[in-house]
Formats: sequence, structure tokens, C-alpha cells
Amino acid sequence: MKVKVLCRNPDDYVRETTRDIQRVPRNYDPKLHPFEVPREYTRALNATKLERVFAKPFVASLDGHRDGISCIAKHAKSLSTVLSGACDGEVKVWNLPRRECVRTIQAHEGFVRGICSRFCGTSFFTVGDDKTIKQWNMEPPGYGVQEEPINTILGKAVVTGVDHHQREAMFATCGQTVDIYDEQRSSPIRSFSWGVDSFSCVRYNPVETDLLASCASDRSVVLYDMRESTPLRKVVMQLRSNTLCWNPMEAYYFTCSNEDSNLYTYDMRYLKCPVTVHVDHVSAVLDVDYSPTGREFVSASFDKTIRIFPKDKGRSREVYHTKRMQHVICVKWSADNKYVLSGSDEMNIRLWKANASEKLGVMSSREKTAANYNKKLMEKFQHHPQVKRIARHRHVPRDVLKQKRQQTEMKEARRRKEQNVRKHSKPGSVPLVPEKEKHVVAVVE
Amino acid sequence: MAALVEDTAKNAHVGRKNKKKPVKRYWEKTEELKNSEQNTADGSTSTENTADRSTENTGDRSTENTGSVKRRKGGQIPYGKEDPFPGEAPIPQEQLQKYQRGSKHNVPKGAQRKLKEAIAWSEKVSELAQKQAARYDLLLPEDAGFLEGDEDEDTCRISQEDIADAVDITSGSKYFNLNLSQFGPYRLDYSRTGRHLLLSGKRGHVACIEWQSKNLTCEINVMETVNDIKWLHTEAMFAVAQKKWLYIYDSEGIELHCVKKFNDVLKMEFLPYHFILATASATGFLQYLDVSVGKEIAAICTKSGRLDVMSQNPYNAVIHLGHSNGTVSLWSPNQKEPLVKMLCHRGAVRSLTVDKTGTYMVTSGLDRKLKVYDIRAFKPLHSYFLPAGASCLSLSQKGLLSAATGDVVQVYQNVWGASPVSKPYMAHRVRGQVWGLAYCPFEDVLGVGHGEGFTSMIVPGAGEPNFDALDTNPYRSAKQRQEWEVKALLEKVQPELIGLDPGQLGKVDQASFEQRHKERVDILGYDPLAKEKFKPRSKKKGRSSAGAVEKRKRKVAYEDQRDVIRQNVKELMKLQKEKSSERQQLEKSSTLDRFRKQDK
Repeated sequence: MKVKVLCRNPDDYVRETTRDIQRVPRNYDPKLHPFEVPREYTRALNATKLERVFAKPFVASLDGHRDGISCIAKHAKSLSTVLSGACDGEVKVWNLPRRECVRTIQAHEGFVRGICSRFCGTSFFTVGDDKTIKQWNMEPPGYGVQEEPINTILGKAVVTGVDHHQREAMFATCGQTVDIYDEQRSSPIRSFSWGVDSFSCVRYNPVETDLLASCASDRSVVLYDMRESTPLRKVVMQLRSNTLCWNPMEAYYFTCSNEDSNLYTYDMRYLKCPVTVHVDHVSAVLDVDYSPTGREFVSASFDKTIRIFPKDKGRSREVYHTKRMQHVICVKWSADNKYVLSGSDEMNIRLWKANASEKLGVMSSREKTAANYNKKLMEKFQHHPQVKRIARHRHVPRDVLKQKRQQTEMKEARRRKEQNVRKHSKPGSVPLVPEKEKHVVAVVE
Repeated sequence: MAALVEDTAKNAHVGRKNKKKPVKRYWEKTEELKNSEQNTADGSTSTENTADRSTENTGDRSTENTGSVKRRKGGQIPYGKEDPFPGEAPIPQEQLQKYQRGSKHNVPKGAQRKLKEAIAWSEKVSELAQKQAARYDLLLPEDAGFLEGDEDEDTCRISQEDIADAVDITSGSKYFNLNLSQFGPYRLDYSRTGRHLLLSGKRGHVACIEWQSKNLTCEINVMETVNDIKWLHTEAMFAVAQKKWLYIYDSEGIELHCVKKFNDVLKMEFLPYHFILATASATGFLQYLDVSVGKEIAAICTKSGRLDVMSQNPYNAVIHLGHSNGTVSLWSPNQKEPLVKMLCHRGAVRSLTVDKTGTYMVTSGLDRKLKVYDIRAFKPLHSYFLPAGASCLSLSQKGLLSAATGDVVQVYQNVWGASPVSKPYMAHRVRGQVWGLAYCPFEDVLGVGHGEGFTSMIVPGAGEPNFDALDTNPYRSAKQRQEWEVKALLEKVQPELIGLDPGQLGKVDQASFEQRHKERVDILGYDPLAKEKFKPRSKKKGRSSAGAVEKRKRKVAYEDQRDVIRQNVKELMKLQKEKSSERQQLEKSSTLDRFRKQDK
């Protein structure tokens, strides 16, 4: 007779001392783990609920400006420094970790229209309603020394925006024309215009560094090559675009924020029809900024909310608002991909988390694993109605909700009417125009 | 298991036949020495050895060809010699099979690039997970038990005493008898970890025992008839079905609840992942009690009389009930009608049990038959005839079936194998009529409750050797148990999810997809997913047919030569005409023509 009976030595399964950690022998045999799917589903549901419970996106408010914030700029090298310009011509430099203003400059008379940091982070440029372009040192002056710009350029017309070249000592401004300046000269080395109009925003392409894009008041977005003397092409839309931002990772895409409460992502090479139309705002979108990973962007709107969109989705994944925040004028995504900064009419800069339920600070490895596991579970079960309902639900201000309802109703009515027209006319005479193509009026080469 | 691992190890560690000899290891030298020694003693062994080696080599090659494992090319080790074991070690197919969840997804034709990428990625990831899990098998610490007889010795003739003598002291002490003749017959239940045992005598005796240390946790007499007893999710609570009501006691024997909604309960089952206690009563009611919130979830009137045969399917938490008319019905709390009703026996059903994977059901009836069913297809597999009929049935984690006939407990192996079983694996006679049977989880132990008390039998190979400590840990501390309880409560499966297929939730809901699509079409006024209607291409008629093309080709063929030919033909024709005209003139002319006036 040969016999073997299961007999475990408890020493192999119990910890040796009380200071030791417990032993956890695993066996991954699926037979020992019944109800795999229902249990995972329950976990996913719990994770989704907890995510909503922990969604506390508001981090801090930076106050100190005495008028509405008109523009914000990131420091090119330092994560903790942020520059902001207000409508009374004041520029403030903020220290984010300490949440305080470290420097105040009375830079312009009237609005500060644009502000940008030099690529090396040693100085920054401001433009204002007083038709001047000023360059400032990033280092504050010594004690008792007055704030003086390094350089001042007196322009002929009001300048509305400024952006610095990625590598070279050149910058672009926009106003009546789009001008390229050499830092060493006081007059523009190149000046672009296309028809008589004014421009509201100019941005350098982060990868093809000689390319520029600008938003014009004749409802168009114009592309330029700095090396050429004439603009490249433009796309005319139904309403005016306010600002635009290039995708930093796929730099042939740019997104522009439009007066018709939508955002449009275009492929630079194919302007006939936007790649994606991002809808969700209920009022004019005033500013847009991409995350450094290029997968998401944040938009600020006149409807007192900011929204975060995935770059290829038509709907926003997140909406931030507070009772006190008024029309949001400018918005920036921090370079470490963790925070969003918004500047609004009521003189405050607000700091938000980019991922509302993310835990700030150091996480232990177990916490990290649990967070990753929960994220994956939520992704796996995202289409289940229960999970979807909880994950999608957001509270929005009452008037936004009302306007949203109104707009859906209007849209539905329009669609119904078009359908009826189509039904009662000759087949093919009223073509089906896709939603994307409705907004582009013309592309001019 | 051990043999299998050894096999793979051998396969992995043999180089290719036509390659250089592998690097010499210190142990190989000694082997060769040994071989040479053997050579001197006996020449035949060495040849055998080489033959063995060559077969191994071929085996290795075949696995290389068939195995899905990619091998690194040119596995170089720093000092320039070739790596004798390049790439990953291969994993045997059976082990991979064990961790396979569902079949692979095929990329649908005409799928978008994104979808294709997503499917390919998820396939890759799941394959990796499967491989890693299969590799982990090697690290499992314990092997399953077994019992083998010598030649012409039946394992069923080996007595429990002999086994207890043959094994070590700790295992030997797992065979014991409790003499409890006063309050019997006894029913029993092991806790999920297998450490604690509950005994209940028909005449009111209830005892909790830590059976390995023989430590009595509590002992009470409820002074009433006890029909059944069950542990709840931990060792801290158990439910007792008494004469009238259902009671819940804690491990000290203190009465916590008397649930008066549940009356005349005869049988109980606890669904551990749902925290549900299912009870079957003499009045024909099947009731579900959620023990985490203390709420009755469902009360179903089965309309089939006294319910004293009950079992749960551990795979999908469906309750199986046996009836006096020979049918077995399957129930979920979400439906007032049975999910399935199957006729299993000619007479009443006496006992039934379902295996761990939810594939097989074993029933016994008053017709003295023991039947094995495949409950995925609802088809009978085998039917055995037991002379006395089985009153109690129980299946172990490893699939050993124990059947009690009168006072004899028989254990069968491989009841659902291809060929029917002819004789039992083990047999044991207890002192009284058997009343309750249960295998201890994660141990080679079968508990038998009978008229004269309780017997703990050793059944080698019954229990799962390796437990998963995050699921059920027999060695857990109080702190670990508390943590487990919180985790388990957090992932309590809702009773709405009980159905025949527990994986239903992970599948695409085709029906509601179609419904949603229909609604969308109604809203939009057209079908966005519809394929464009086939429109035949409007060809220019007759222009591009093969015949016409050929004709056209012919028209322009030999264009350059045509002119010459045409010229030649013209001249020829002319010549012929002249000739013929001359001849005609000759033929027409008569003798009188010479008198005609000449036209000059």
C-alpha cells in the first residue's frame, strides 16, 4: 500500500514572529475563484462610486489681482512659477506651492493682452492695450530698485497677443497684422496680413517651429510659414474663433475655441473638415490649452465653467465650476500634467486637479497598485449601464443645465425640420450633410 | 503534478541534437563518471541512456515547433559561449489550458483600425496573464494525496486504521470517532476554511469543534428538534434550522436572531459570495435570506410539497431541489418558476450534489440508482445501480464522490470519466445509519454524521492541496479574518446576478444592442450603420464587353501593313479586271465584227 495524505506544516503558512508580515500563499487556479465576472463587476461599481466620492478637484485660489485676469502664462522651465496679467495692466508672478504672489509689476496702461515666457525662462514678454511690447527680466530687481523692462517696443497699433519661438530669439505678435520680431530689433522683420481684419491670437507650432497659426476676426484661422512672405492658407468658419492651441505631441493637429460654444480640432494638412467637433459648452469658448501629453485639453468658457476633453472625443469628460467663479477668460494646463489653472473675471486664479479624484502627494506602492487596478476595472466595465450612469453624472449650475436643455431642444427641432423637408422633396435634392462639415464655410489657399 | 513538472524540466533543459555540446556543469562530470563506472560493470545501461537522451531530444524539438513560446535568437552570454538554454522556458499545454478563459477573439472583417488594435492588445495582455499564471504553478508548495494498493490489493479493502497507521501522526489523528449516542443522528458542516466543524444532533445537541486540535468552541442543547445546521460566512456565526423557526447563534452559542419568517426549515445552503442563506421548508417554500443586511430576498412557493433534498451549484449559485416525483428543479431568487426542471429518477430523489466546476450533478433516488448528469447540456452521463441506494451524497474539491448506503460509506473516483466505475475507491462501515456527509475543504478528510455520533475518515486525494490565501485561508489570523470580511462584504455579489451563466455579465448584450440601434434609427431617420445599397455600375453599353474589345482590337491590328496590302490588292484587282475585260471582249466578238466601223 502506498499512501500520501495532505499534511501541511503550519510553519510554512504562518509568520514566524509577530513583527513579520503575514504569509499569503496564492493559487491562481480559476476553479478556486468562482464568480469571477460578477465579483469584478461589483468591484468596478465600487471603484466608480469611490471615484465620484473622492472627486474634489479644487485645490487653491490665488487672489491678489485688482481686476479680471486677462491672460496666464506658464514658466518655460519652472513648474512652480506662473505669470498672470490683469485687465488693469498689472502683471503678477506667482509661486504655486506657496500659493502666493512673489512679484507685482504695473506693466501697461489698460489691459495686458498677452504674456509669454522666453524658451530659456530668463525673461518674459507682455503686450498691452497701450500699443507696447515689453520684455521683462524673470529675476526681480534688487531691493529699492524700480521695476524696469529690459526692452520696450512701441508699436503702431494695439497688440492683442504674443508668442515666443521655441528655439530662436524671435517672437510673434498679432493685432492688425501678424508680426514677427527679432528680439534685437525694434521693428518687425516680417509682417503678414490677409485682407483687412484684426487677429486675436497667434501661436507657434511646437514641433515645426517655423509654422504659426492665428485666429482672425473675419471668422478664419490662418496658417503661416515664418520663412515665407505670404500666409499659407486659411479656413473660414461660421463663427469667430477666439484662441487656438497646437497639440504638443501630434503637432499637425490644432484645436480652436469658437464663439459658437464648440471647439474644433483640425488637421493642418486637411482643413476642409474638422477632425473632431467638441461640444458641451453652452456659451462662447474663450480659451483652450493642451495637456503636455497631448491626449486631453482644457477649455474655458463664458458659461462660467471649464471643461476637459479627450482629444478625440466629442464630449467632455469633466466639468469644473464653483459658485464664485465668473466668466473664465484664460486657462492653462500645467507642464507636469497634474493641474489646471484658470483665470476668471472676478480677479481670481484657480488651481484645479487635472484628474478630479487623484490623490495628491506620495502614494505607497500598494496604493498605486490598487489605483491602477481600479482604473482598469472601470475601463473594463465602462459600458455597463450602472457604471456608466455613475461615472458620467456631473452636477452643473442651474443655468448651464437649462441652456443645455434648451439647446438640445433647438437642435432636435432643426433636425426634425430638415428631416421633414427631405421627406417632402425630390430624393437627393436635400443632401445629408454630416455635423462636422456644417461649420466650415471655405478653405482659402 | 510532481511527475509533470519533472517532465517539463527535462524538456526545457535538453539542447538541440545537432548543436554543440552544452556547457559542462559540475554535476554532469559526476554523472559521466557514474556512467563509466556502470559501463565497466554493464555495457547495456550506457546504450539505454543514450537512447533515452535521443528520445528526449526529439521531444524537445516537437515542443519547439508546436509551442507558442518565442525563443530569443542567438542567446549570447557575456563570455562568448552560446547560451545552452536560450529564451523562455516552455510551458506545457495542459497548464496553459487550465488558465484559459474563453476562446480568442477574432477581429471582425472590415473592423476599424482602432478596434483591431484594441482587440490585438487585449489578446496579447490576456495571453501574458495566462502564461504568468501557468508559470506560477511550479511554485505551488503542496501535492495532492493518493492511495495505491499493491498488486492484487483493492484500495477499497484497506481499512481506515491501516491508513492511519501508515501515515504520519498528524494525519493519522485525522481519523477519529466521536461517540454521541444520546442525541443522534448527526448532521454536520465544515466552515469554508476547513478549520471548524459544526455538529447537530436530531434531538437538539449543537456543538462547534475546532476539529484538528479537538478543541470544543461551544456546546449547547437547543431543547428542540434540529433539522439542519450551516456555518455563515465566518466561524463567528451559524444558522440552525429548528423545529419551528430558523435561529442564528454566534460561536459562543448565544442566540443572535430568531427569524420567524423562516419556518419549518428542513435544509439550508449558504452562498458565500452572495452572503445568502437559502432554505427549503416542509411547506414547500424556498426562501433566501441576505445575512449581511438581514433581509429576506425572495420567498418562492415551489408547489411541490416537502423539500428535504437540496444542494447548491458552487459555480453559479443556483439552488438544486430534489422532489418526491423524481424531478430535480433549478432555482434562482429572481424567478418564481424554476430555471430548469429535469426528470432524474423513477422514484423520489433522495440526495443530490453538484461538483465545484458546475459541470456535473450526481443524484440518487429511491429507485436505488445513482446517476451522473452533465448540467451544462442537461444530459445523463452514467447510471449506476447501488444495491441499497444512496441516502447521502457528497463531492470533494478534487471530484471524489462519497455515497452513504445504510451504515456504509463508499468513495468513488472518476464517476464522470469515459468508462463507468466498477468498484469503489474506498469504503468504510460506521456504527449507525449515516445522516450527514461532508468533505472538509483543503484536507483529505470526509466527515460522516451518523446515528451513533461522528466519524472523521481519511480519504487521500480528496482535498485541494493549495489554497488561495486571499480567498480562503485555513491559517488566517484574527486580523486577517477581519480584513477578509470587509473585503468580502465590499465585493458581495448582488442576488440579481444569480443565473445559469455567471459569465453573462462579461458578454455583449446583443438583444439590447439591437433595441438601442433600432431606437437610434428611429431618431435619426436613417440607419448610420447600414451598408450602402448595391448599385450596379453603369457601364457604357456594349463598349467594354470582351467581344467588343476584341473587335476593336482587330480593327486596328496590322495597321502599318494594311496600306501595302491594300495597294497590292488594288493592283491585283486592276490586273484581273483588265484581263477579264480582254477576255470578255474576245468572247463577245463575232465574225461579223470585222465589218464594224473602227472608232479611231
